[in-house]
Amino acid sequence: MSINIVDRRESPKGKSSENRQRLLKRIEGQIKKALPDIVKGTNVKDLTSSKDRVKIPVKGINEPQFTYDKDSGDKRSVHPGNKEYEEGDLIKKPNGGGGGGSGPGKGSNDPAVGEDEFSVSISREEFLDYFFADLELPDLVKKHLNSIVDFKQKRAGYSNYGNPSRLNITRSYKNSMARRMAVGLFFDKKIKEIEEKLKTETDKLLIVELEKELDKLRKMKLSVSFMEEVDLQYNNFEKVAVPVTSAVMFCVMDVSGSMGEKEKDIAKRFFMLLYMFLTKQYERIEIVFIRHHTSAKEVTEEEFFNSRETGGTVVVTALELMDSIIKERYSDGWNIYAAQASDGDVWNRSDANDCYSILNSEILPRVQYMIYIEICRMSEGDLWSFYSQLSKKHKNFEIGKIDDVGQIWKVFQDFFKKKTV
Amino acid sequence: MIDKNKIKDLFSNSDWNVETIEIANEIIERIAKEYLGLDIYQNQFEIITSEQMLDAYSLIGLPISYSHWKFGKDFVMNQNNYKKGRMGLAYELVINSDPCISYNMEDNTTCLMTLVLAHAAMGHNHFFKNNYLFKQWTQADAIVDYMVFARDFIHKCEEKYGFEEVEQVLDACHALMNYGVDKYKKPRRISASEEQERLRKRLEDDRILLNDLWRTIPKEEKEQLKQKRFPESPEENILYFIEKNSPKLRGWQREIVRIVRKTAQYFYPQGQTKVINEGCATHTHYEIINRMYEEGYLADDFMLEFYHHHSNVIFQPSFDSQYYSGLNPYTLGFNIFQDLKRMSLNPTKEDIEWFPKLAGKGDWIEQFRYIVENFKDETFVLQYLSPKVIRDMKLFRIDDGQGKTHYEISAIHNEDGYKRVRQSLSEQYNRSRYVPDIQVLDVDVFGDRTMTLEYTPTDGKGLDYSQVIKVVPHVELLWGFPVKITESGKEIYTSKK
Repeated sequence: MSINIVDRRESPKGKSSENRQRLLKRIEGQIKKALPDIVKGTNVKDLTSSKDRVKIPVKGINEPQFTYDKDSGDKRSVHPGNKEYEEGDLIKKPNGGGGGGSGPGKGSNDPAVGEDEFSVSISREEFLDYFFADLELPDLVKKHLNSIVDFKQKRAGYSNYGNPSRLNITRSYKNSMARRMAVGLFFDKKIKEIEEKLKTETDKLLIVELEKELDKLRKMKLSVSFMEEVDLQYNNFEKVAVPVTSAVMFCVMDVSGSMGEKEKDIAKRFFMLLYMFLTKQYERIEIVFIRHHTSAKEVTEEEFFNSRETGGTVVVTALELMDSIIKERYSDGWNIYAAQASDGDVWNRSDANDCYSILNSEILPRVQYMIYIEICRMSEGDLWSFYSQLSKKHKNFEIGKIDDVGQIWKVFQDFFKKKTV
Repeated sequence: MIDKNKIKDLFSNSDWNVETIEIANEIIERIAKEYLGLDIYQNQFEIITSEQMLDAYSLIGLPISYSHWKFGKDFVMNQNNYKKGRMGLAYELVINSDPCISYNMEDNTTCLMTLVLAHAAMGHNHFFKNNYLFKQWTQADAIVDYMVFARDFIHKCEEKYGFEEVEQVLDACHALMNYGVDKYKKPRRISASEEQERLRKRLEDDRILLNDLWRTIPKEEKEQLKQKRFPESPEENILYFIEKNSPKLRGWQREIVRIVRKTAQYFYPQGQTKVINEGCATHTHYEIINRMYEEGYLADDFMLEFYHHHSNVIFQPSFDSQYYSGLNPYTLGFNIFQDLKRMSLNPTKEDIEWFPKLAGKGDWIEQFRYIVENFKDETFVLQYLSPKVIRDMKLFRIDDGQGKTHYEISAIHNEDGYKRVRQSLSEQYNRSRYVPDIQVLDVDVFGDRTMTLEYTPTDGKGLDYSQVIKVVPHVELLWGFPVKITESGKEIYTSKK
């Protein structure tokens, strides 16, 4: 009996992936529950930047079985390696009892691992899937993706007509060769026929006639043209609509004296969340940070979150700056998202009114989606009342209030859920 | 004739190829058959990567199985441990099937490949084919086909009834997996085609038949019937009982119960033969490799590597070591078999006294085969654990009495203690040590159809209540009516329906 050796190393991998998916489905609830904590925690930034996998601690998915109560009954067990004990020796039990007894021995390769240490690591992709699963975003995004379309030239076979610059030489030459051979063969056949006839023909008159014919055929054979119109083949291109895969996200934040660390922290987390959402949908994302107090300025992320300013607030300056940046740099082929965070203070009522008109006429028609969050404000100010009118008018404008870090996720969800109703 | 020096060189080169394995197998198989008299299934030797080994681990030793999160969980846990370096992977994993499939890690050295050929492809293979428990409970030639049938069937159910529905039933069955075996009845042969036919019939019967047991219209002889218990005698195979008698299960659900029951049955012998099976395989590889060396196929450097691996396999930490996690079945089994050989060839006075039929008879090879065929861990230890092995391993017994403040050393490796150590170690391998005795006692046929499960305590142990309240709802799901669990007639828990 010879041995049957099978090299399985090249077999498809991931035999367990189906079972792993089942497990993920099983613990979906736990994963979702862990999400707000992860958002609340400080590692949101890590999540958006690192390509690492995300660890989700998992509890209580043990498989119940009828088992003995470990603390009950008389237990008797045999162990190896006695060094000093004699029969009848007594050893004080450690506090809490238990210990001594163990079932049949475990194999040397059995890992003794408790349920508590169990955690599932999921890829960033999977994590984001869960992260945004509730938001029913895909439809919304699809709608948006469809709205901005770019055209790309895509190769689409060959055609008989076209621009000389797109002439496909190889194909044309092949056609010409085939044609020349086919036509040549036709003449060769005729010539051969006449040559055969000439060998046996005796009638002089007919011979002259045939030689004339032969001469004509030979000339014709030579005159078969090298290239004909029908040989020519052109590379064909088609215009294909492709969704734009790049997006720009504007982060606008009030950094006047009234915005404290806590407020900024909330704003930052919110921007991160939006950014994560966008990374899932778009290949390339640019972020523009605009901060403002009485005047607005485009800054780096570092400056955006870390430097402190004092003074009053004029909101419209930021929106004007944003508008001009959009017109200058992102006027076509960009999906534009904007998020504005503020404590709701405005210089005066006319500032809020200015904001209203620039958003209404210039900005909102150009952006995919704009979100305004008001942080830690007790009463409704002018900005809020203008903005809420605006959000009723424009479907792509949403406003919300956040008082505490823990609410970020909820508010974020609400923004997107509303859209699908 | 093969040139032995060439083979020596081949085996001393730690890189192997298919030819190396073929040559090694030829020699090993000859020795296994001619010298040890082993009787094996055709071997299918598969070479796999570490990732594939993790896959194989999670299916608990089946080449195929239905999809379930439990396997995913095992996979993820193993993967975590492996990545953290907490766990090494086995060199091989062997499956009780005909042909006998063994998975072997690609990064094994030539020495390891030779070792696993002798260990798994000969030792375990022989054990699977010849041990009475395996013969009785498993059909090596049918298991792969059956699991394909099971996987396809469950997959179809998922498509038809939704995967949550199917998962519920599977979860419930898994909770009772230890209660899917009739210990004293011989199971019927399984075959995928018969299963198909039976399944078709079952679904058909389901449609046309009425289970008389559940007739609610009062009958004349009702009173008379009432005297009779149902089931007439307690039923230990809870899954079987449910499959046959559950009033509410639909045909496909019944079939899933059956699939889990059959799978449990396939694993039933494995849990009870760890020591003897590993002992058999370890003893076999040890004998074969040494024989190869004696016959001049192996060089000294090969043997050094071999002894290194071999001593790793049979490493037994002491009870007080941080690495201790119970008795190593490889060590115990190997020691017993090796000592049998010693007693058979060079007996002492003690051996003749303890094993008069064996000592000095010189027939250790026949004895080895006889033991492998007819014993399981419990009986193997009880019959063949010799005083010398007890001394060598310094086995001792600890009593941990309930309510006592001290452990008591109740036997050690001396004249007085041997028998008690042996008796207790044997009991340690009794299935009731890890599977509490729970049987279907009664069904309230004319009342609310409550099923009563009776727990019979061993050694005064109680049931873990936190588990009871989790398992009972699963039983209830399958039964369709309330389920009560009692201990010596006293109610522990009743599901609320």
